[in-house]
Amino acid sequence: MVTVAPRIRVQSQDFDLQAEIDALTAGRRDIGAVVTFTGLCRDEQGALSALELEHYPGMAEAEMLRIGKLAIERFSLLGLAAVHRYGKIRPGENIVLVIAAAPHRQAAFDGANFMMDFLKTSAPFWKKEHGADGSQGDWVSAKDVDDAAREKWK
Amino acid sequence: MNTKLVYFAWVRERIGKGEEEIELPAGVVTVRDLLNHLKTLGDEYENALQFPEVIRVAINQEHVEHSEKIAGAREIGIFPPMTGG
Repeated sequence: MVTVAPRIRVQSQDFDLQAEIDALTAGRRDIGAVVTFTGLCRDEQGALSALELEHYPGMAEAEMLRIGKLAIERFSLLGLAAVHRYGKIRPGENIVLVIAAAPHRQAAFDGANFMMDFLKTSAPFWKKEHGADGSQGDWVSAKDVDDAAREKWK
Repeated sequence: MNTKLVYFAWVRERIGKGEEEIELPAGVVTVRDLLNHLKTLGDEYENALQFPEVIRVAINQEHVEHSEKIAGAREIGIFPPMTGG
């Protein structure tokens, strides 16, 4: 079986979920399961007006590619896509997309879950909060729960 | 030989610049040595790196431990724990 390459993009503009699924499944007859995860900006009960996403250009793509290759190999995925946005993102807007395709659902669920757990803790992105009152808030702190989520794949 | 340093998020804000090239003193061998050296360069560096154990470092755009040797590094990224996704 030929191993597929992860489709990785880092961009400021929004993404189209259906277009990304179509790009992954076009012409394929072996895919039986597609799992997608979309991360959105939430307003934290009205306190937040935007998140500002900073990234390390070059390394962000490289790290997502590394994680994606691990996911494809570990779960024998037939396709994997990940898109991460940067810049100012407002509540309700998309931040990140992961799509995993496999012959059966379990590998697709696990592949998407694995990709997100590692992306959160290893891909060089940082979030800064902008307050609804116009204040420039703090950088979001890394969470132990995210490290724990990654540890479960060991 | 000069080494390019790149900073991100609150490390960048506290140091007050996104990147710079510095000449490393001979005694600076590991990532840990580099962070300790940078802390001597001024209050802004001391402020950014006062808790070096939380600082993440990448050499040539790959994550490394603080014990890693930095010989041959073209680019060293210094940043807080990541919060993307």
